[in-house]
Amino acid sequence: MDLELSDEQKLLADTVNGLLEKRYDPNARLALVQSPDGWSRDLWRQYAELGLLGLTFDEQYGGAGMGVDELAVVMECFGRALVLEPYLATVVLGGALVAAAGSPEQKSAVLPGVAAGETLLAFGYIEPGSRWSLQDIACSATPAGDGWTVSGEKIAVVGGNCADQVIVTARTPDGQLGLFLVEATAEGVRRDAYAMQDGQRGADILFSGAPAVELGGADNALETVRSVLDVAIAALCAEAVGAMDRMLWLTVDYLKTRVQFGQPIAVFQALQHRAADMYVSLEQARSMALLARLALRADDAAERRTLVRAAKLQIDMSARHVGQEAVQLHGGIGMTMEYPVGHYLKRATVIGKTVADADRLTELVGAAGGLVPPG
Amino acid sequence: MELALSKEDRAFAEQMREFFTTEIPAGIRERLGRGEHATKEEFVTSQRIMNAHGLAVPHWPREWGGQDWTPLQRHLWAQEMTLAHVPPPLVFNTAMVGPVIATFGSQQLKERFLPKTANLDIWWSQGFSEPNAGSDLASLKTSAVRDGEHYVVNGQKTWTTLAQYGDWIFCLVRTDPQAQQQRGISFLLIDMTSPGVTVRPIHLIDGGYEVNEVFFDNVRVPVDQLVGEENKGWTYAKFLLGNERTSNAGVGVIKNRIARIKRLAGPLLDDPLLRARLTRLEVETIALEMSVLRVLAREASLPAGMPDPVSSVLKLKGSELQQDASELLVDVLGPAGLAYRESAEVPDGFAALPEGAVDALPTYFNWRKASIYAGSNEVQRQIIAKAILKF
Repeated sequence: MDLELSDEQKLLADTVNGLLEKRYDPNARLALVQSPDGWSRDLWRQYAELGLLGLTFDEQYGGAGMGVDELAVVMECFGRALVLEPYLATVVLGGALVAAAGSPEQKSAVLPGVAAGETLLAFGYIEPGSRWSLQDIACSATPAGDGWTVSGEKIAVVGGNCADQVIVTARTPDGQLGLFLVEATAEGVRRDAYAMQDGQRGADILFSGAPAVELGGADNALETVRSVLDVAIAALCAEAVGAMDRMLWLTVDYLKTRVQFGQPIAVFQALQHRAADMYVSLEQARSMALLARLALRADDAAERRTLVRAAKLQIDMSARHVGQEAVQLHGGIGMTMEYPVGHYLKRATVIGKTVADADRLTELVGAAGGLVPPG
Repeated sequence: MELALSKEDRAFAEQMREFFTTEIPAGIRERLGRGEHATKEEFVTSQRIMNAHGLAVPHWPREWGGQDWTPLQRHLWAQEMTLAHVPPPLVFNTAMVGPVIATFGSQQLKERFLPKTANLDIWWSQGFSEPNAGSDLASLKTSAVRDGEHYVVNGQKTWTTLAQYGDWIFCLVRTDPQAQQQRGISFLLIDMTSPGVTVRPIHLIDGGYEVNEVFFDNVRVPVDQLVGEENKGWTYAKFLLGNERTSNAGVGVIKNRIARIKRLAGPLLDDPLLRARLTRLEVETIALEMSVLRVLAREASLPAGMPDPVSSVLKLKGSELQQDASELLVDVLGPAGLAYRESAEVPDGFAALPEGAVDALPTYFNWRKASIYAGSNEVQRQIIAKAILKF
């Protein structure tokens, strides 16, 4: 069983952790959150130099040709440091969509720039009323000359504030779901940019007849999107585990150093047992983050999808528990913007509402017959 | 979770499944699958078939019937056995006293006891807990005083599971009342037919009878029935309790309960509330199974018997999920499970009872024990807290 990291994967983790430990102390991070861009272009260049921005792309497109296991290693490090750069948007979603659906020309045009840190991408697939549905969308694509135009609104587009190119889902005149690539500075694109609740940046984007190209010949855009989201879920699971791990150890350190009634509060059993329960939740989450990666190897798409969703459900349940308890066990200091633990709670909460939330995942896993066969 | 297994390990699991589903009588397995309890004879039959095939004590040393299996293979053996509804080898024999005798006992004790223990020719009981020594086991008071070639044992053990069938009992006894708590304890093997041994039933809230009090009144025990050295019993007990890090998770038990709920729930499976609860239970169960596999994967790199807080995670979470599953079956049965009945038989003309009507609530009540025994869940939390807070 390869349930543990290989030596190469450990080295990758050490490299990424090494960089982030130097650059991502809580004060530096807070300064970044409050900066105009909200993240560091300098760090982005360093990620490019380390090969992280083309991690999973083919080598012919400037990538490192690695798999989801390595992606998960990076995302766990990012979760631990609470990284702000638009990695999910550009690499895990945007880059992966181009890699999966783009024509060879499109891949050559987009992916090397992404891997080099020159091009930022984002994926718009959520609309004001669509909630978790990929298909219940109003965005439309209309043929125009050699290309298309796209009209409609996408919301909660993570990285949408700074993306050079945005990939959107839209209905073509024959009612099919298509994937379209839009230059963010094109006429007919308006962005309402904002900081998201966790400090990452995003935007709602309004398209009014914006010029677009279809990504590949995408006969089955829906399946492509689902497959890319399966990988993104596994990546988010790893990120959440990194964040939870950090929350647990921040809490443990705090319990050991905070003195009240003349002794460290770690001596109080009410707090000890709650810390122990956090550890249990984290272990369950870690196990399912591992399953999410293993599941991506499954041949059967339905099985793969159910397992990946089950993994995120566990991670979301664990992250809610660990996050809430981490703040509670810190007391007042946990409520402050200055102290890091609350920022982890915020990121974990946003992950819980990314791609699908716990209720939706419960519904989907249940509808697929669950995980244990009747007998 | 087959995805996490190598081809060889999958083949091993398949081989075990084949053995258990062909060699153990179907009648026994079907009864257990319907929620009934194994009788003494069924335990004996099952263990003797396994022993005849070298499958009763795979974790023992090879010369006493063990197999050179990996921790994962031992796990798959146990899991396939549970999933096939096979009565397991008696835990007191094969997981507790057997490994202690094999590791710390004299050659004479090994020869005298191990073959009969593996074959369930001797039914062992466990004499650890006392009325005032539960979670604080080391405060036990049952005394063994040396008198020539005998120890004279006086005191009381409790929660002794299935002692009504017991031939012998392995006991922790205090041999040095002056020494600090853990240091004055010895590990003694006692013939339950000895004069002065009395077994009294304890009736549990489910209406069943599985545990007992065992009284010792001037019981004379030959000194050659001491295991290892006098006053080292606590070390042996810790070895015994730390032997299998993953066995208390009970993933197979939980899966069986979930599978049965799905078989019995019928249209209720479409009820969104019930299905949501069931789905979350399934997800947590698979997470637990993955946690077990992660522990097994790194087992090889940990010294045997070394405490690992993850064993406590498995016991804590496993017992909770076992309990949750027992509760869900109660909810599936609803009012049909309210009557206390000894069997599913009803008089002529009355509607047949749905499966589970007899056992759902008794099992729910009975399984409240799971978060109390084998180190209460509060003790497990304490172990985890100690490991992470390092105080």
